[in-house]
Amino acid sequence: MNGWNSNSVRYDLQIIASWIKPGSKVIGLGCGEGELLYYLKHHKQVAETGVEILESRVAECINKGLTVIQGDINEEIKDYANDAFDYVVLSQTLQQVYDPLALIRSMLRIGRKVIVSFPNFGHWYVRLQLLLTGHAPITPQLPYQWYETPNIRVLSIKDFRSFAREMGFRILKEATINTDREDKTGSYVAFMPNLRATYGIYLISRLTSA
Amino acid sequence: MISPLVYSITKFMSEYITHDRTGRSVGRVEKKYFTFAEPPEEMVLDSGCRLGPVTIAYETMGTLNADKNNVILVLHALTGDSHVAGYYSETDDKPGWWDNMVGPGKGIDTDKYFVVCSNVLSGCMGSTGPASTNPATGKPYGLKFPMVTIGDMVRAQKALLDHLGIKRILSMTGGSMGGMQVLQWCVQYPEMVLSAIPLATTMRHSALAIAFNEVARQAIIADPNWNRGDYYDGPKPNVGLSVARMIGHVTYLSDEALRQKFGRRLQDRDSFSFNFDGDFQVESYLRHQGAKFVERFDANSFLYITKAADYFDLTQPSGQSSAVDVFLKASARFLVISFTSDWLYPTYQARDMVKVMKKRGLDVSFCEIEAEWGHDAFLLPNKRLANLIRGFIDSVYERME
Repeated sequence: MNGWNSNSVRYDLQIIASWIKPGSKVIGLGCGEGELLYYLKHHKQVAETGVEILESRVAECINKGLTVIQGDINEEIKDYANDAFDYVVLSQTLQQVYDPLALIRSMLRIGRKVIVSFPNFGHWYVRLQLLLTGHAPITPQLPYQWYETPNIRVLSIKDFRSFAREMGFRILKEATINTDREDKTGSYVAFMPNLRATYGIYLISRLTSA
Repeated sequence: MISPLVYSITKFMSEYITHDRTGRSVGRVEKKYFTFAEPPEEMVLDSGCRLGPVTIAYETMGTLNADKNNVILVLHALTGDSHVAGYYSETDDKPGWWDNMVGPGKGIDTDKYFVVCSNVLSGCMGSTGPASTNPATGKPYGLKFPMVTIGDMVRAQKALLDHLGIKRILSMTGGSMGGMQVLQWCVQYPEMVLSAIPLATTMRHSALAIAFNEVARQAIIADPNWNRGDYYDGPKPNVGLSVARMIGHVTYLSDEALRQKFGRRLQDRDSFSFNFDGDFQVESYLRHQGAKFVERFDANSFLYITKAADYFDLTQPSGQSSAVDVFLKASARFLVISFTSDWLYPTYQARDMVKVMKKRGLDVSFCEIEAEWGHDAFLLPNKRLANLIRGFIDSVYERME
């Protein structure tokens, strides 16, 4: 029933997975139905933990044999010891967090490395929609009306880079990518990523860490 | 030790037990007995008292594999027994108390796993308890029975598993007081427990839970027939015990469950009686539950077992102010489950437990199941619960292989 292979995992998750060393300890915050964690567990032998707020998704994860805690990521993160994990992953959830700075600081406390990804609000299609129609943009990556969107923090790739600089954490890796409509395939965007990439994915650490 | 009458009565364990609509059942099961701690080798209890001989009634389902690594231990709640699933005979009206969960292809799959369930020490369904014969006097123990703790219950279960030649338990589960035994196992015999599923339970009995138990106990103690626990030759304290059961039933349900099930509907009448015969359906229901309960349960057992639950506190096991590091030695993988409408062991108590496990770096999963039926939700057929338990146990089993 869980016959995922590397080809069926979302493109952005494939990139995240490629950054994670086999056999490490990984926590996925807002892990949904555990697609990434399941892949990492079975292809990279990681010791996985997930945090997810919705009962139905938590149940789906546990049915798959994943270790997952039902709860609010901002609360659940407080209980873990310093450096409890090798990697802390926040995949496409940063834009939904009320206090992103506090969360990222907590993530950097419990994990040696942190992976964060988000839809790029600086993409040309977003800019063009606002400019030409005057309406709040709706894109495949940000598919909600303004009154129903969970994406309360709109940020661009440029925003995240300056955020890292100002708040004092180190960007170890950056992947700016462009994906197809279903996010199954995609490509790296090296030229003018803030305009052309649909997602930004970052591997970050504390400044003081080696 | 146990009369055929008691056997037939155990069929009416709970109002919820029904034939499984899927028609799947583990089939015929047999109650067995294991006796140990023969004097002078008595069992030493947490209180320091000695007890022996000790008999534990138990039932097993499924097949123990050659490696003896497919064992699942089920621990029952306050008024449960060893009859977790299946039927004693073809004429049984009802199966065991968790037949919806334990059986072929069910949440706890007896085609794959070997399931063991025993009656707790101080119970009255075949294990040694206050109704058993005191070898010193030749009469029932009554109040001469020593006080037993959750730790003592677990010690007796360990003796049973030793007898069965089982060294490792793949998984263990239980709700309510069964969940307390699960947690106790994980700290008392950590090397034996690979994984554990505490359901609708707590690390320490709350003041609310103690309060309800004390009211229930006082109802029994106030019954003149109780006679300081010495009633086995005469009339039994049925009034007190049935009131105790009525109180219990209220705590097992919830505001919403009572509203939906009964509301303010009247029983067998169209208008108020203006007397105390009982007007409301909820009154009639509780009286019925109380009356049924006294046929199968011993009042002294009820006193002892509720006290054991009240004493339960993994954080301060000795009852003194010195706290211990809970789960310090535990190494099991945990799946903690609570239910939204459970007000006897509310979700915050499950979260407290999960928090300690996380801080210990233990492998813990937690799910709060949306359920309207209160504390009793863990006993009811629930697809989500069955799938969670199945998925979790299977993953522990696969990881081991």
